[in-house]
Amino acid sequence: MVEHAVDTVAVSSSLRWICLLPAIGAAINLIFGLRIQRSIGRLAVAVLGSGMSLAAFAIVVMNFLTLKGMAPESRLLTDHLFTWMNIGALDVAIAYQFDPLSAVMCLVITGIGSLIHIYSYGYMDHEPALWRFFGLLNLFMFSMLTLVLGENVLLMFVGWEGVGLCSWGLIGFWHSDHNNTTAANKAFLVNRVGDFAFICGTFIVFWTLVAEGHGTLVFREMAGVVQHLDGHTLWGIPVATLATLLLFIGATGKSAQIPLYVWLPDAMAGPTPVSALIHAATMVTAGVYMIGRMNFLFSMAPDTLQIIAFVGATTALMAASIGLTQFDIKKVLAYSTVSQLGYMFLAMGVGAYAAGIFHLVTHAFFKACLFLGSGSVIHAMHHEQDMRRMGGLRRYMPITFWTFFISTLAIAGLPPLAGFFSKDEILWKAFLSNPILWGIGACAAFMTAFYMFRQVFMTFFGEIRADHHTVEHLHESSAPMTMPLVILAFGAITVGWLGIPHALGGNNLFEHWLEPVFAASHIDAHGKGGAHATAAGAHGDAHAKSGAHGQAGTHAEAAPDSHGKGGTHGDPAHGEVSHGEGVVGGEHHDLTTEYLLMGVSIGLASLGILLAYLMYSANRLNPDSFARIGGGLPYRLSYNKYYVDEVYNALFVRGAIRLSRGLAWFDAKVVDGIVNLTATITHAASAFNGAFDKYVVDGLVNFTANTFDRAGGALRLVQTGSINAYLYVILIGVTLTLLANAW
Amino acid sequence: MAPVGLQHYLLVSLALFCLGLFCVLTRRNAIGVLMGIELILNAAAINYVAVSRYGAGSFDGDVYAIFIIMLAAAESAIGLAVVLGIYRRIRGVDVSRMTSLQG
Amino acid sequence: MDHLLSLMTFIPLLGMFVVLALPRDNAKLIKITALAFTIPSFLLGVWLYQNFDRSLVTMQFVERFQWIPSFNIQYIMGVDGLSVTMLLLTALLCPICVLAAWEIDKGVKGFFALFLLLETGMMGVFAALDFFLFFIFWEVMLLPMYFLIGVWGGPRREYAAIKFFLYTLVGSVLMLVAMLALYFTNDPHTFDLMVLMDKAPTYTRAFQSWAWIALFIGFAIKIPAFPFHTWLPDAHVEAPTAISVILAGVLLKMGTYGILRICFPIFPLATQDYAFWALAALGTWNIVYGALCAMAQEDMKKLVAYSSISHMGYVMLGMATLTPQGINGAVLQMFNHGTVTAMLFLIVGVIYDRAHHRRIDGFGGLASVMPVYTGIMTIAFFAALGLPGLSAFISEVLVLLGAWQYNQAITVIAASAVVLTAAYMLWMLQRVWLGPVNEKYADLPDVDMREKIMLVPLAIIVMILGVYPHAVLDLMNPTLVALNGIVRDATPAVAALQ
Repeated sequence: MVEHAVDTVAVSSSLRWICLLPAIGAAINLIFGLRIQRSIGRLAVAVLGSGMSLAAFAIVVMNFLTLKGMAPESRLLTDHLFTWMNIGALDVAIAYQFDPLSAVMCLVITGIGSLIHIYSYGYMDHEPALWRFFGLLNLFMFSMLTLVLGENVLLMFVGWEGVGLCSWGLIGFWHSDHNNTTAANKAFLVNRVGDFAFICGTFIVFWTLVAEGHGTLVFREMAGVVQHLDGHTLWGIPVATLATLLLFIGATGKSAQIPLYVWLPDAMAGPTPVSALIHAATMVTAGVYMIGRMNFLFSMAPDTLQIIAFVGATTALMAASIGLTQFDIKKVLAYSTVSQLGYMFLAMGVGAYAAGIFHLVTHAFFKACLFLGSGSVIHAMHHEQDMRRMGGLRRYMPITFWTFFISTLAIAGLPPLAGFFSKDEILWKAFLSNPILWGIGACAAFMTAFYMFRQVFMTFFGEIRADHHTVEHLHESSAPMTMPLVILAFGAITVGWLGIPHALGGNNLFEHWLEPVFAASHIDAHGKGGAHATAAGAHGDAHAKSGAHGQAGTHAEAAPDSHGKGGTHGDPAHGEVSHGEGVVGGEHHDLTTEYLLMGVSIGLASLGILLAYLMYSANRLNPDSFARIGGGLPYRLSYNKYYVDEVYNALFVRGAIRLSRGLAWFDAKVVDGIVNLTATITHAASAFNGAFDKYVVDGLVNFTANTFDRAGGALRLVQTGSINAYLYVILIGVTLTLLANAW
Repeated sequence: MAPVGLQHYLLVSLALFCLGLFCVLTRRNAIGVLMGIELILNAAAINYVAVSRYGAGSFDGDVYAIFIIMLAAAESAIGLAVVLGIYRRIRGVDVSRMTSLQG
Repeated sequence: MDHLLSLMTFIPLLGMFVVLALPRDNAKLIKITALAFTIPSFLLGVWLYQNFDRSLVTMQFVERFQWIPSFNIQYIMGVDGLSVTMLLLTALLCPICVLAAWEIDKGVKGFFALFLLLETGMMGVFAALDFFLFFIFWEVMLLPMYFLIGVWGGPRREYAAIKFFLYTLVGSVLMLVAMLALYFTNDPHTFDLMVLMDKAPTYTRAFQSWAWIALFIGFAIKIPAFPFHTWLPDAHVEAPTAISVILAGVLLKMGTYGILRICFPIFPLATQDYAFWALAALGTWNIVYGALCAMAQEDMKKLVAYSSISHMGYVMLGMATLTPQGINGAVLQMFNHGTVTAMLFLIVGVIYDRAHHRRIDGFGGLASVMPVYTGIMTIAFFAALGLPGLSAFISEVLVLLGAWQYNQAITVIAASAVVLTAAYMLWMLQRVWLGPVNEKYADLPDVDMREKIMLVPLAIIVMILGVYPHAVLDLMNPTLVALNGIVRDATPAVAALQ
């Protein structure tokens, strides 16, 4: 079955170059970059880095066009390089696959990535280690592209941790500052916690599939056999649920969700282009992508999806509430990123995978634009990041202002900008799943509008609050920086039009494009079989038509079983998720509700903007009076990020350090102590033994000798040395002998 | 008066031996001790000759006597040499001072 | 190439005699000679790598002749997938170590003579197929090591050397007992490992049990497994860099190699009985305990030493699982640990040569001072913490994958160490290489050509094996799968019951 699928997919050997070109760029820049920079110039380094990225973009576009020209159900390109690990049941290859989902991700990564490469050349204009910066950016591109192009879980994991490495290197790029490197380490370690869960989740799936005789880690093959997970449990939990939960914990690490979001705000220590590329547009969306990629698996675990939805919604709200009170221009954006990622997870959790990915794309545009805009501001303000020292900048840097403003409108969710369509799609799907989720999401949307406009007003409006010296040097940024801003702002306006929902007269191109990938979640209520066959094949209709395909029939028969437990079809008994699915199928549409909800969210956004205007521009309301609500406690909680960092520090970091110190003490004193004690005891025993030997054993020998010695000493007195005495003795002796003879 | 017989010789010899022994035991002068030894040896020689004359009818006793004379000469030569050596060492010939062989 | 293995083994010994014949005061000549005598073994190793038949399970390049006929002691050399990997590792590391010892200026002649003797011992252990011969090489290797640590070591060298020596000797004694027991159990008496292996079904379970334990303790000391590990940090801290590299890179592998070569095939029943507690549980404990201890260390070498303890735990865990993935992962981990830890010790050695201390808190900002060095260091550190795309990831993931099938709970505990490993590695990296430049060391020179020659090849191997692990996996996979099968499928035979 699996072999058939492999045989029929189209091969595109250009896929490898999407990954390899940035890798080559990274290798050259990291090894020879310093020499190139010194001998040829800074531009050469930048051109190399950007050029590789742009070339990758070109190849992606080329493949995208190829993909577009194919029939929707067979849209898949693969490129097999060589076997990576083939041991026993494990058989994974270095191989890439390019399907609609990968295509979207690749376009975003290489497209926005290239823009940010160009921007970086302007932003890092005084950086001596430019070569290292571009090398790491290219390495990041390589890792991220590996993540989205890898055809199996382990190759994805290579990218997954690879982006972590690059993120570490770029957060700590200015490594002479201790805070930066600490932030970098924190990011890596928190991600590692997630990765640990991720790898465990992978193992569960793999071994359960092996037990069923279908051991594979290739996504498109897993999609075909994943229904075999049904009925397996581990530690009393269904395997699908446990595995997806673990994978999701991995995603919370990479995508900064509760409980592992803490690293992202700190990650802002990196250069701003890095924050834009890695910590807003691409890397942090890896978790969302991963869930999308394994949607067939997640769809089997409604419990996990519930958790994901709630975690996403809660994260959206919590991060937004922290964003309300921050003063660091990048921290606000960081929390906004966490919050927006929460929306994406909310979408994934309610089974609206396409909506989640859609938000990922639009968010990539407007958030990249916002970060680059903030970078432009920071650059002009000589690395000042505190919004309290800004203000009125729109007069000095109009392009930055306008692009920033457009993106802010987009993130606030005002039509017809990109954010509106994607966010509303999510909120609508959330509402269908569970109105509480919608409520949380809407609340977060209101806060988003407020804090984003608070930022705009504090930064660009009013009077400038910077010192005289800084004001004198204020200037609009150079062309390499403004050009990407303009393009991204344009994207922030238009990208949303790709996914105008049916309710608004659009035809949701985006969702249709992704349909083959998320076919598993598109199991319709009409009971067409074989719908679980995903990327590898087609969706239900295609299978039903191709009667010659023997396996299709099998799929169709097997399908009801998996549906029953997977909860992914329209069975009302299976709660919210199934509702969501039904909607995706486009059946039970309640148009009035949808319009109403759109109205509500536009209203909330407007309210947030108005409030921000009143507080920070018109000065009608005093922010401080709001800060004092509830005795100032809510404000303090928000301002101090709910003290989560402190709690984690006390619990985990100090705990681990204490434990390690304790164990090191144990090792040095107890374990080694025992060894040394053994040595001491042996030493003492040998001393005792030595004494025994010396005084008892040898004593006996000496005693014998001494006895004879003393006896000899006594006898020797006979030997007087006096000749006369000897003669007397002789005389007596002779006399006695004679007398004896006489007897 | 009875003719001089074996008995007489033996008595003379005995007396000589006793004198010699007395001399050896009591003299503190090494020369005197040597002289006492000479007396003892001569007493023995007299014994041999007497027994040879009155007894066995062979000359064995005479041969022994000549041996003894020769031996006594050698002995006194060596003895005097030793005494001379000792004299050089301890500046005297008093046997009570010759105790370096004491155990 | 009839005597390939003997040549590989004894060329260094020849080198030792040549070095001994050289004039004492010409240090440079001695070093070049020593290097010249390690390179043939390396080149033969390359030849062996190319000509090793990857499809065979049996021994290859076998040499056999009677050595002491009256006791039926034979000279048997041969390699299979298991030993060829270790032999290659040894042949690779030895020239690098000679380079690493280039700066030694005290007793140069003695050092290199002993080093070459050590190489012979190591090669012999991995190539010997007669238990007696194995034992001889095992002991031959011990002696030079004692002097190399005890004479050329740091301030507490004598303590460390004696500790190392006595510890290993205890193991040797137990091994000797088990070896003799095996010898007399068989009729006709033999030390031939292949015969002993074939006779495995005839050994009773009781005999297997105690012999296994005796051998295991001997090998566990070498691995080193908790609680026999405390000689390692001391030995490492005191040993000169090159010797640390050999110690971590090759000597530790002898423990696990011995278990796989002797305990596994000869005592399969006992292996089944003890695999969980003695290998899996203890290995997991090693992983976590080593990682936690490493985190608290203040001395770079001690940290790396504890990281070795942690990483060797993976080997134990992997072999215990009795899955193809686990056992392949274990042996691959032996190889990868050999290269990665060698790099780590060389890296610490580079900085020690310059600053003459190794306190983690005594540096800072070296990244700005020594960029090339920092680049190489980054590869080594990330390889050590198991970054995918670098070699150690492959072996660790294989071990954990195998372990998962074996026992999930243990795997979770073992896998949690990836976080701890990352923590201590990055923390050390941050304290030494990042942060503000320590003015005291602001003008340290970057790595020179000699140091590049010893570090870069290892870095390249680490990267290649991360992407194409089959370069090594292919060598050992058939052998290990067969070995795994022998142990897994062993049942008490009829003969054993009689």
